[in-house]
Amino acid sequence: MRPDLAVVASMVPGGSRVLDLGCGDGDLLAELIGVQGCRGQGVEVSPDAFHACIARGIPVVQADIDAGLPDFDDASFDVVVLSQTLQATRHPARVLREMMRVGRVGVVSFPNFGHWRVRAYLGARGRMPVSRSLPYPWHETPNIHLCTLRDFEDLAAAEGLRIGERRLLDLDGGAAPRRAERRPNLLAAGAAYLLTR
Amino acid sequence: MGASLGRVETQRVVLFTAERPLTLDSGATLGPVEVAFETYGTLDEDRANAVFVCHALTGDAHAAGHHDDPSRKGWWDTIIGPGRPLDTDRLFVVCANLLGGCQGTTGPSSIDPATGRPYGLRFPLMTVRDLVRVHRALTAHLGIERPLAAIGGSLGGMQVLQWALDAPDELGAALIICASSRLSAQNIAFSAVARESIMGDPDFRGGDYYGNGSAPDRGLSVARMLAHITYLSEESMRRKFGRRIQDADVPRFGFDVDFQVESYLQYQGAAFLKRFDANSYLYLSRVMDYFDAFADPAVTTRALERTATRFLVMSFDSDWRFDTSHSREIVRTLAAHGAQVTFREIESPYGHDSFLLQVPEYHRTVAGFLDRAFRERSR
Repeated sequence: MRPDLAVVASMVPGGSRVLDLGCGDGDLLAELIGVQGCRGQGVEVSPDAFHACIARGIPVVQADIDAGLPDFDDASFDVVVLSQTLQATRHPARVLREMMRVGRVGVVSFPNFGHWRVRAYLGARGRMPVSRSLPYPWHETPNIHLCTLRDFEDLAAAEGLRIGERRLLDLDGGAAPRRAERRPNLLAAGAAYLLTR
Repeated sequence: MGASLGRVETQRVVLFTAERPLTLDSGATLGPVEVAFETYGTLDEDRANAVFVCHALTGDAHAAGHHDDPSRKGWWDTIIGPGRPLDTDRLFVVCANLLGGCQGTTGPSSIDPATGRPYGLRFPLMTVRDLVRVHRALTAHLGIERPLAAIGGSLGGMQVLQWALDAPDELGAALIICASSRLSAQNIAFSAVARESIMGDPDFRGGDYYGNGSAPDRGLSVARMLAHITYLSEESMRRKFGRRIQDADVPRFGFDVDFQVESYLQYQGAAFLKRFDANSYLYLSRVMDYFDAFADPAVTTRALERTATRFLVMSFDSDWRFDTSHSREIVRTLAAHGAQVTFREIESPYGHDSFLLQVPEYHRTVAGFLDRAFRERSR
């Protein structure tokens, strides 16, 4: 499993009901269902990823999360996960609102556009950064709403959400070294947040 | 993809008798109840590879293969057969004519033992739960405790949903295609006009038209023509007929059949008379009207809370008979109660009829879902 997914998985309590928005091939859900005893449900827009989930026996609803989550009732999940997907949505604030409507707890991970390498790339080269955590050229990237940790924390506050926990990630997606805590917005390549209302 | 089954035969079995009758939701009892069914493929030794096919309003037990004429295949031959999504090389497929039907299973045209004459409108009203009771009696008769899956489109999907609610965990998988948990006012309105057409036919005679040499053919064919329009999409009708004139290049200007679409509907209406009974149409369409799967929240919660059944719900984007909102309502309720649900709206131009046709993404999804269920079958 990808290191960032392992971090997200560690933030989900065993046995909980989990909704994974933009679940892809179901890697995270396979772990949560198979190892942590969760009841998992995915939402995915890509047909190929949808079929991959079916082949693995992962329940998946094909839908575009930018259109809201009309298939899910209020507070019908313990945890809603939005892993490396927020920055690819058209309406990030609306998506956050919807995930916190259907779940009691939200777990959101995304790449940090404030990371020093990103700043250095843009500052030194004057071009949109391309890196391991942001691998696409600007004209082909699905990441249309990139943000920094500070930006995200501002949005969470504006939406009235409380940050219960923050895990900083390194360039490989694994847990960042402790020193990143000193200046997270500069030293962390990404983060995973646990949100409550 | 895959192959057709070849020659198949319809079997019959008496599942309920006058001494041990079927008790319906209404409290009425019915016996004997004979059921016509077909099976394809071989039941495994551990009896874990059975897939039950529930047919829609006017279907029958003959879902796949052919009887005598190889050009006349069963109604769901596209999806059932060796190498097809319901792969008879490894699955044991069962399809039975519905209670209240007219293709071998006891219905209003059967003889009422109390009078020695056909039931007609003295046949009791049924519910989807009653239809499922008979299916489950058949699986028990065949020695199948837990079907690997049940699958159906339209009214067939409603039976699958009801089955999953009545016997949580009995089905490994429930495949519910272009169905509804309850009909809308518009859905009921179409059924009402169809019934009005049948019952208003002078040959209907209060349902006692059997053996009179005439049946409410006019009414039944108009009912079928109307229903058929709702099974097609605007787009598929435009593609199939446009405004083309039948057997001519210029219109004849008159009230006889002129446009191709009129000729097609006439044909559909007339062909329907050969295989369907007007009373069965009344009863089975009424079963759909009264269906309300999630009417009792306590029952829904109890059934779904811990169910191990995996649900696949599918709709077609051009279906306006049971549009995607019907399927989404099923998905919403299943998910809200913690059931494991997979959902997809399939792109297809053919309207409600899509579930009978070879739509590649649709078949791929059914095949994938059943393949997974098959691989997991010894839970």
